Amino acid sequence: MSMTVSLLAYLVSSVCCIMALRGLSGPETAKSGMRFGIAGMTLAIITTMFMPNMQGFGLIVAGIAVGGAIGAFVAKKIAMTDLPQLVAAFHSLVGLAAVMIAAAAFGSPAAYGIGEHGNIPVGSLIEMSLGVAIGAITFTGSIIACGKLQGFITGKPIVFKGQHPLNALLGIGVVVMIVLLCMTQSPLLFWAIVAVALLLGVLMIIPIGGADMPVIVSMLNSYSGWAAAGIGFTLQNNLLIIVGALVGASGAILSYIMCKGMNRSFFNVILGGFGGEAAAGGAAAVKSDKPVKIGSADDAAFILKNAASVVIVPGYGMAVAQAQHALREMCDMLKKNGTKVRYAIHPVAGRMPGHMNVLLAEANVPYDEVLELEDINRDFAQTDVAFVIGANDITNPAAKKDPASPIYGMPILDVESAGTVLFIKRSLGSGYAGIDNELFFYDNTMMLLGDAKAMCEGVIKALEH
Amino acid sequence: MSSNLSEQADKVQGTTQVLNAQVTELLNQLSASEAALAAAQHGAGAPFFVIGLTVFVLACFVGYYVVWRVTPALHSPLMAVTNAISSVIIVGALIAVGQSDNVLSKGMGFLAVVLASVNIFGGFIVTQRMLAMFSKKKKK
Repeated sequence: MSMTVSLLAYLVSSVCCIMALRGLSGPETAKSGMRFGIAGMTLAIITTMFMPNMQGFGLIVAGIAVGGAIGAFVAKKIAMTDLPQLVAAFHSLVGLAAVMIAAAAFGSPAAYGIGEHGNIPVGSLIEMSLGVAIGAITFTGSIIACGKLQGFITGKPIVFKGQHPLNALLGIGVVVMIVLLCMTQSPLLFWAIVAVALLLGVLMIIPIGGADMPVIVSMLNSYSGWAAAGIGFTLQNNLLIIVGALVGASGAILSYIMCKGMNRSFFNVILGGFGGEAAAGGAAAVKSDKPVKIGSADDAAFILKNAASVVIVPGYGMAVAQAQHALREMCDMLKKNGTKVRYAIHPVAGRMPGHMNVLLAEANVPYDEVLELEDINRDFAQTDVAFVIGANDITNPAAKKDPASPIYGMPILDVESAGTVLFIKRSLGSGYAGIDNELFFYDNTMMLLGDAKAMCEGVIKALEH
Repeated sequence: MSSNLSEQADKVQGTTQVLNAQVTELLNQLSASEAALAAAQHGAGAPFFVIGLTVFVLACFVGYYVVWRVTPALHSPLMAVTNAISSVIIVGALIAVGQSDNVLSKGMGFLAVVLASVNIFGGFIVTQRMLAMFSKKKKK
């Protein structure tokens, strides 16, 4: 295959990747978009395999078969509630692959047409070392994020004295080493950059709390794109640059949307430590002596039966309790009863962008009943019952009223303007932000204390009678 | 007279040789610079960087506008699919396996092929699983 043909094939492949993202503008077009994505990827691989001077077909096919089998197995087996971890783990693989490709290019530059061993042009060295540094940060950062989401690393922020100066120092160290690498071409320096960047990835993510993971997962998504683009510059391959830029932009936009959903700046999230006082604040919150109305599943069923319209507000607690199926069953019964049921999704509900939508879709909730914050917020005033399941901070009126509150200014779902608020929660403790939710003490709020799934099942039983 | 003539002839011959050498050198230089130019046009060093940067910046804009149109309900599939397509770096890994001249680079390339394949297959399959759940309810 001549060079021109393969370059054109790469162009087609890039367009396919753009179409894959374009398809996601709606659920109807998403599947055809996916076909474009798969076609583009297949074309890219085949084109590369039939480039002049390619050898080792057997090895390549074996590698793809092994990797593909592992990937397919994991992706088929994973539970939808574990999705955020899976995505984080996948990001780490992209990061590691980027590091290895850069290392391969550094070790045998002639294969990539970028000079001789020990005599690589400075431009290529810069691109290569940036790619490898971002890749390494993505690798370890994603592993930490995955660990926090899975729970084998504490979801609480891990902070220590001098953390930020240390990170800054390591960051500067990477830059200095890149400069030195350009001057000396020393392999030792190359691996030192990898090592420091790996360390930096760990240190950057450990101070960030579990509920900020939507931002972090999107950010790492973005990094994996930038790393791919960096490798694209090194290999002088436009396909990698285009796809890297697409992925980078996508991750950056998602992080922006998540930050806006919390009314926090990106830097505030990155610097971490948010919610670190949660334990102390939570203990104080329970002591509040204002009266709280606590109801049972039967009370809730009675209220729901008499409601003409219900809005469900799901949060991370629903995912933890795996309550989405029980919830949908409950809603089906209400709908049979003539009640209008809709779902309200806050942008930062759950642990990854769109997490709640996927879980509700898994439970066969029609997606036209699932609405975003700005589409439903005005309707709460005309709603009889707001049913909050596993969410907390995203409903806290303090975000609107109390300028001293850490979440002040965060857009919230106005559940308090509904006729009755049914609030499923394990206890009266505080949420992630470590602040008391005054909604618990409102006259129109009824707390349903218990596990989200058990409570939904209780309501179903009561409705059956 | 004749000795004078032969002396002059020698001189001319010497000058011719010098000129010859100079022409050869110039020709060499010309071909060298032509080669350098050709290499540059095929994308070695700075010129590719400029082309690459142009492509990169334009692709960022395309990405920006395309991603803003993605409906928030599909943000999870978006992450999974971008994850899958960012594994297009497998292209670099394939070149490492197929063309590099030492075992270390080949080995690195092979591992990268495996990792990227996990991602490509895993990413696309998990995205399809999610999308399948979304489209199921259309018929209702």
